[in-house]
Amino acid sequence: MRPGVFGARHVQALLGSCGRLARNPLATALTLLVIGLALALPAALGLFVIDAQAATGGFGNAVDMSVYLKSGVSVAKAQQLAASARGRPGVAEVTVIPADEGLRQFRKYSGFGAALDALESNPLPNVLHVVPRAGASGAAELESLRRYFAAWPEVDIVQLDTEWVQRFNAILALLRRLVLIAAVLLGAGVLAVVGNTIRLEILHRRAEIEVTKLVGGSNAFVRRPFLYTGLLYGVGGALLASAILEAAVLVLDPSVATLAQLYGSRYALRGPSGQVLAAVFGGGMALGWLGAWISAHRHLRSIDPGA
Amino acid sequence: MIRFERVSKRYPNGREALTHVSFRVEAGEMVFLTGRSGAGKSTVLKLIALLERPTRGTVTVNGKSTGSLKARHIPAFRRQIGVVFQDHKLLADRPVFDNVALPLVVAGAPLKEADRRVRAALDQVGLLGKERLLPAELSVGEQQRVGIARAVVSKPPLIIADEPTGNLDPDLSLEVMRLFRRFSDVGVTVLVATHDQHIVRDLAKREIVLASGEIQDLSQADGNGGSADSLPHVVATR
Repeated sequence: MRPGVFGARHVQALLGSCGRLARNPLATALTLLVIGLALALPAALGLFVIDAQAATGGFGNAVDMSVYLKSGVSVAKAQQLAASARGRPGVAEVTVIPADEGLRQFRKYSGFGAALDALESNPLPNVLHVVPRAGASGAAELESLRRYFAAWPEVDIVQLDTEWVQRFNAILALLRRLVLIAAVLLGAGVLAVVGNTIRLEILHRRAEIEVTKLVGGSNAFVRRPFLYTGLLYGVGGALLASAILEAAVLVLDPSVATLAQLYGSRYALRGPSGQVLAAVFGGGMALGWLGAWISAHRHLRSIDPGA
Repeated sequence: MIRFERVSKRYPNGREALTHVSFRVEAGEMVFLTGRSGAGKSTVLKLIALLERPTRGTVTVNGKSTGSLKARHIPAFRRQIGVVFQDHKLLADRPVFDNVALPLVVAGAPLKEADRRVRAALDQVGLLGKERLLPAELSVGEQQRVGIARAVVSKPPLIIADEPTGNLDPDLSLEVMRLFRRFSDVGVTVLVATHDQHIVRDLAKREIVLASGEIQDLSQADGNGGSADSLPHVVATR
């Protein structure tokens, strides 16, 4: 077959599918709505996770530790302890923050400067700031490091500064799983919806299919318009899903901004990124096409007894 | 063009529609397939169009045995056969033009050529100018002629027709049959299943008679069917 004819057949099938969808606007709209919602839900969850990650990304991996020495321990002793701590595997960096330096920082950042002036002596101890090696920042390694420092007689308290970041990251990991599960389940739903819609259309056009096969229409020829219909459902559903996402962001953005501000967070809702949109459209088209193909493959075969 | 060799067909429900049927139709011949309803006429046509496959024996059409034809070759096989039905099987929601053009569309004919050939086919059946009408806007006889136009539009070497005059009055029936004879005159092989004895007598063509799934009689009609004399006789045995 010449390429021109081949292309013309595809255009023909595509236009035919468009026309048929347009002739049943209500049924088409309902199907598109179901597909759109099924695509929008996991995408919205995904957006939330991505935004949350972006908001916490700056310090998500910086799991570090503050070792507070007892008040009687001198700076020289602290330097000595720091040197021996640097020799321990799993430790990337140890910085000594002398009590004076700590007070200076506290004065600068806390806003309690005047109140601190009233104190006769520096109430702060010397502190070791410990940064674990990148590969040794798991919960178990951190715990063993904490015990190591806690066992020293000079140490008062060991504090894991970023436990909450770890918790948050764990929550994010859980959410990512949920996104995946939702995507799989709702994707299966899209397959079922498209498949069933195509099945009904095949039954509805049975006579036409029979005649087409009788005059020598191949399976590919008969199947083609249905595949395009599935593809169009996917594209339409994806369009609707991205509209839903944009609208949701638009509605939620002011309240989210206010909330984030109250928490002093940089969290902000951003509209669906190119990547998310690509996933929505790619997923929609693939699912629409696949659903149509499965249905057409099953049901068209049964119409031709000779094959 | 068509060769049946000891063909039997048993349907899944157990009914034996044909038993050891053998006959030949030569290229360019016009042959009537007659017999009471239920004698197996439709089954013979279905076996030719590969809507069914024989249970035993071989059916050869245009040099190809249908028994071994792979499913993916069936569409190309069917494109060389024009089929006419008693109920004409037109698509009610498509205008006459689209109905007639269907075989060309599935074969991937260029639009311009399709347009020309559809008009030529409609001209042959006397319906030129009715391209844009829907089948329901035509009379029964006209609908049947649209069905014939669809069967001949891609110029197949073989036309098979299942009771094409079943719903027509005698005058229209004769008109339709003369149409078939005209195609046969230009070299197309035509096999018409009918129970209308008047027509068979009027056109004086060879007749294959089926009775309860067997060939009963193979009368050699005279007239212009001279070439039929040289055909080997077909004997049906159970």
